[in-house]
Amino acid sequence: MIKLKGIAAAGGISIGPAYRVGKEEYIVPKQSIRPEEIPVQIQLFEEALIKTRREIIDLQKRIGFEMGQEEAQIFDAHLLVLEDRMLIEEVISRLKREQLNVAYIFQEVLKKYVDIFSKIEDEYLKERIADINDVGKRILRNLLGKQKKGLDDLRERVIVVAHDLSPSETAAMHKKNVAGFVTDVGGKTSHTAIMAKSLEIPAVVGVAEATFKIKAGDILIVDGILGEILVNPDEATLVEYRKEEEKLKGVTAQFFTVKDLPAVTLDGRAVEVNANIEFPDEVPAVKMHGGEGIGLYRTEFFYMNRKDLPTEEEHYQAYKYVAEEMNPHPVIIRTLDLGGDKFLSQFQIPHEMQPFLGWRAIRFCLARPDIFKLQLRAILRASVHGNLRLMYPMISGVEELRQANKILEEAKGELRQEGKPFEEDVQVGVMIEVPSAAMTADILAEEADFFSIGTNDLIQYSLAVDRANEKVAYLYEPAHPAVLRLIKNIIDSGHKANINVGMCGEMAGEPGFILLLLGLGLDEFSMPPQVIPEIKYIIRSVTSKQVEEIAKQAMTLSTGKEVEAFTAAKLKEILK
Amino acid sequence: MPLFKKTLTVNNKQGLHARPAAVFVQIANKFNSRITIRHEGEEVNGKSIMGILMLGAEKGTSIILEADGDDAEIALVELEKIIINEEEK
Repeated sequence: MIKLKGIAAAGGISIGPAYRVGKEEYIVPKQSIRPEEIPVQIQLFEEALIKTRREIIDLQKRIGFEMGQEEAQIFDAHLLVLEDRMLIEEVISRLKREQLNVAYIFQEVLKKYVDIFSKIEDEYLKERIADINDVGKRILRNLLGKQKKGLDDLRERVIVVAHDLSPSETAAMHKKNVAGFVTDVGGKTSHTAIMAKSLEIPAVVGVAEATFKIKAGDILIVDGILGEILVNPDEATLVEYRKEEEKLKGVTAQFFTVKDLPAVTLDGRAVEVNANIEFPDEVPAVKMHGGEGIGLYRTEFFYMNRKDLPTEEEHYQAYKYVAEEMNPHPVIIRTLDLGGDKFLSQFQIPHEMQPFLGWRAIRFCLARPDIFKLQLRAILRASVHGNLRLMYPMISGVEELRQANKILEEAKGELRQEGKPFEEDVQVGVMIEVPSAAMTADILAEEADFFSIGTNDLIQYSLAVDRANEKVAYLYEPAHPAVLRLIKNIIDSGHKANINVGMCGEMAGEPGFILLLLGLGLDEFSMPPQVIPEIKYIIRSVTSKQVEEIAKQAMTLSTGKEVEAFTAAKLKEILK
Repeated sequence: MPLFKKTLTVNNKQGLHARPAAVFVQIANKFNSRITIRHEGEEVNGKSIMGILMLGAEKGTSIILEADGDDAEIALVELEKIIINEEEK
């Protein structure tokens, strides 16, 4: 038995045989053919193309249905390659000229293109090479008449082991036959990790040389909690982990029993447990997992994958839908938060040395009141259809809040003149994610209706850590005393001014931190829908006195690691 | 059959081998006309993504766009628009 360490990307434990992805190589023989065989070879090629096309369209439909149009669009590029006239013509003309078997010729032609493209330095082209290889393999497989061995067609539950997984590969996975993921590369925020989390499949990423150390068919234990992989475990370990796996399953089922109950502590202190969403079609998932409202509705997607700007009507229709669906529960819409690592093609944002400190979020919106006001108008108009609130991202001081509110007032004035109805007293909150805002929370609280703490950026800014940089990512500590003090200050300042303080960063959905945050007095927790049942379960298992004591003790510790170990131990104690 | 031809300068900072190529091919395929792109002595089918990607037309280089067929005139106008649109945004 060997043990491999990696980064825990998606929780849970799973056991199964290793299934290697990415090394699907075909040995294509080179065979001469007689001239009279040429038409047959062309026909074989055409049939393979038609079959491949059908496969891709089927897959695209299924993915679109299961995961949304966004993911399904990946396959448009595949179809474009498949239907490429130049590629097809070249294969046919070389077939006639060289009189070799079509599979061999196709492979050669494909190789030629990939070689040419590999020489061009371009990120986009790199992605296209992956598409070309992906489609190429499908065609080759169909040409050789081999059984399809794709991830979309697995017959038993396996643990997928790969160097890296392309979006197309991850998207094609089925929860019913993929029990876990292991990849050589990637971090907590890599595509694979995010997908694994949303599919609720245990995953460990960044396992150095996993693909060298694991052979196909090896029995693996994926521990997505500790970030460990056990290869070919002995019987005793296997038994132990099977028990653990069963227990986790039982626990998950236990969590689901409380999902529709309110989030109150044993002594009756009620908090809100809300969901973070990006697309309106996530609303059913929120309800399914027992989310009460929406604590963070990200609005960048309106601007993605298109060249023009979204209209007010498009914004309005989406907000109206979400507001109506969630009514009477609150829906907090975050105004456009572009920049940092989110760029939109419509706006020519010059390359910046430090984009996270640059022209982004509210700074961009204040500089482009045309774009900002259009969104505010849509939110205001939709506010009559439910319990809508709005929230500005990246506020660094009260002046920005005032400027944004001024534009909001202008939008209200316009709507009044046009006779369009809106909620006059729509609540306006501030997302606290810049240390300066956290330190001046008392000033901001005087002019804001609520706070929502955005921990991802707050941690990155206060600890000066770029968490996408693998060399310094270890410094990214949510429970660092500096972060905890800022959070405490935000909550205390909010409460002094009688406003609600919520949190919509990743920290709010981490079971380990719930007791601490609850103890610090947080009023609202917003998180990915999947973790809601567990968080509610935890909240319903403690008393306010218990958590206040935990928070008090945690605040006296000197390092983030100590805090994490302490809160994890307390959580274990309580859930026992 | 009319033949329409125009010389254009690639202004997009990513060149024509990047994102615009896919859009270009999708639009090109809506027309009956044969679409050809010439660049530095090479000539490729404008309806082929592989072809356009292979040209590797960088920013600042010029390409000759050619449409040949019954809808050549409108094809040329529409395809030119894609390239111009990409410059603006």
